[in-house]
Amino acid sequence: MSEQLQELGAYIEAKRPDCVLSWEIAHGELNVDVTLTNITGLVEFLKGDATCRFSTLIDITAVDYPGRAKRFDVVYHFLSMYQNHRIRLRVAAREKDMVPSLVDVHPSANWFEREIFDMFGILFSGHPDLRRILTDYGFRGHPLRKDFPTTGYTEVRYDEAQKRVVYEPVKLVQEYRQFDFMSPWEGAEYILPGDDKAEAK
Amino acid sequence: MDGDIRVNTYDDGSTDAVTGEQKIRNFNINFGPQHPAAHGVLRLVLELDGEIVERCDPHIGLLHRGTEKLMESRTYLQNLPYFDRLDYVAPMNQEHAWCLAIEKLTGTEVPRRASLIRVLYSEIGRVLNHLLNVTTQALDVGALTPPLWGFEEREKLMVFYERACGARLHAAYFRPGGVHQDLPEDLIDDIETWANEFPNLLADIDGLLTENRIFKQRNVDIGVVSEQDILDYAFSGVMVRGSGMAWDLRRSQPYECYDEFDFQIPVGKNGDCFDRYLCRMEEMRQSVSIIHQAIAKLRAPEGKGDILARGKLTPPTRSAMKTNMESLIHHFKLYTEGFHVPAGEVYCAVEAPKGEFGVFLVADGSNKPYRAKIRAPGYPHLQAMDHISKGHQLADVAAIIGTMDVVFGEIDR
Repeated sequence: MSEQLQELGAYIEAKRPDCVLSWEIAHGELNVDVTLTNITGLVEFLKGDATCRFSTLIDITAVDYPGRAKRFDVVYHFLSMYQNHRIRLRVAAREKDMVPSLVDVHPSANWFEREIFDMFGILFSGHPDLRRILTDYGFRGHPLRKDFPTTGYTEVRYDEAQKRVVYEPVKLVQEYRQFDFMSPWEGAEYILPGDDKAEAK
Repeated sequence: MDGDIRVNTYDDGSTDAVTGEQKIRNFNINFGPQHPAAHGVLRLVLELDGEIVERCDPHIGLLHRGTEKLMESRTYLQNLPYFDRLDYVAPMNQEHAWCLAIEKLTGTEVPRRASLIRVLYSEIGRVLNHLLNVTTQALDVGALTPPLWGFEEREKLMVFYERACGARLHAAYFRPGGVHQDLPEDLIDDIETWANEFPNLLADIDGLLTENRIFKQRNVDIGVVSEQDILDYAFSGVMVRGSGMAWDLRRSQPYECYDEFDFQIPVGKNGDCFDRYLCRMEEMRQSVSIIHQAIAKLRAPEGKGDILARGKLTPPTRSAMKTNMESLIHHFKLYTEGFHVPAGEVYCAVEAPKGEFGVFLVADGSNKPYRAKIRAPGYPHLQAMDHISKGHQLADVAAIIGTMDVVFGEIDR
C-alpha cells in the first residue's frame, strides 16, 4: 500500500510540479501540500487522470493555527472508488485570502465550503451560495476559530413577557472550566499559587 | 421565484396566450422542522410548481451542538461519548471511527477478542439502523405495521447494548485499545438465539413491504441516483450500493478484522428508493450472518483473552489497581489527565450503516485533540436533496428523505 502511495505521490509531483509544494506519507496516508492558487487545477487533474481518478470528494475542512502567518490550513480529502486509494491535500491560507471554490469540479464541495465559511470565516471565490449553514440565522463570529470562546457570546431563551425568543449576552454562574491536567512536573508554564512568594525571597 | 408570474414556453416555441386572467406563480412552502417525515429537525424550503418540486433548499443546523468545538477542550477519552450522540441510531459504529483514529496515531494493536466484539456490535448497530430506517420510511409512505414490528426487535438489540455496557443508547463501549468490558457467556448465547430468530421477522417485514402495491408505487423509480450523481455528490454506503456500485469499506479497505469474515455486498440495479430498501433488507441478512460468524470466533480458543491492549491508553485491571501502587497512579492519571497522543494527522473511516463515517484527527502531542473533524455520511446525502428531488412530486420528498437515511445528530454535529 505504502509503495503504491509513494509512486502516486511521485507521479503527481512529476505531472504537476507547479501545484505541489511538497508531499509525504505519514501513517499510511498520502499528504500533498498545494499552493493556494493552483488547487482547482490540481483537483481537476486528480479527477480526470486515469492513474489518480480521485472521483469522490470525501471532505473539506480547515484547521486554525493562530500563531502562523498563514493562519488556516484548508484540508481536502479525496477518495477514488475505482483505484481504491485516498489522498489529502493541504492548502495554507491567510485570514484575508480567498480560496478558489471547488463547486464547479465537485458539486459536493458546496456545503463543505459553506461549513468552513461558517465555522472559520474563510471565503471561497466562485462559490454560488456562500451562506452560513450550521449556526443560527443571524449568528456572528466563526466558532471553530481558536480565539472564539467555547461558551460563545450570546444565549437564547424564551421570554414569557415579550412572548418571543430573546438573545442576550452569555451570563455564566461560574467561569467555563478549562481543566489543565498536565503534570506540574513536566514543564508547566504557569506558576502555582504560593510559588511566586518563594521567588521574591 | 415567489411572486413571479410564470410564462410557459413549449418546444415549438409557442407560449400560453396571455389573457390577463392567468396569474400562475410558483408556490413556496416550508417543510419541517416539526414535520414527522423530516426524520428529525430538517427544514426544507420547497418551491413548488403545482405539486412538482422545482427547488429544494434544506436548512440544517437546528441540532447543532458544537461537538467539534467542545472536543477541542476535552481529553480523548472524554470525547468518546460525543460520538454516541452523533448518529444516535447506531451509536457504536461512530465510536469505532474515533477509536481507530486514536489507535492509528498511537500505533496500538487491539486484542483479537476486542476486535471480534467490535465487529459483533458494529453489525448489531447496522441492524439497529436499517431496522429503523426501513420501517420508518415505510411509515412515511403509508404503512403503519412495520415500525411496530421493527421497534420490538430494536428493543431487544438495545438490551444487548445495555447488557454489554450498561446503557441502552449512549454506550461509550468501544474504547481506544479495545472495548470497555468483556461480554458474559450467556449474553453471547442470547445474541445467538436472537440471530437465529431474527430472519423470521425480516421475512415478515419483507412479506409486508416488498411486493406491496402501495409501497412499490411510492418507491419504484423515485429518487433515481446515477453513477455520476454518486461521484458528484460524494455519496457512500447504501446510496452507492443501491445504484449498482459494489463499494463497501468493509471489503475494499478492511479495518478491524472484517477481512476474515465472509459476507456478500448487495447491490441494486436502478438506484431508486426501492432498490435502496432492498439493499438494506439484504444487508441486515448479511449482518446476521456476520454476527453468527463473530460468535463462533468468540467461542473459539483464539477468541478468548484480554479485551484491552494493556498500556498507557487503557486502565489497569481492577485487581492490579488494588494491589499495585503504580497501577493506582496510572488509573488516576488516565482518568484525570488522560493519555497523550503523538502529534500527527490521520483520517480514519468506517462503513457506518449510513455510509462512510470518518474522523479527521489533528493531534498536537497533548492530551486533547487539536482539531477533530467529523465526516458524517448524511451531510453530502442531504446536500444532494435539491438535485434528486427536482421534478418529483411533493409526496415523494418524504420517500426520498426516508431512503437517504438522514439523522440530524450527525449532520448538524
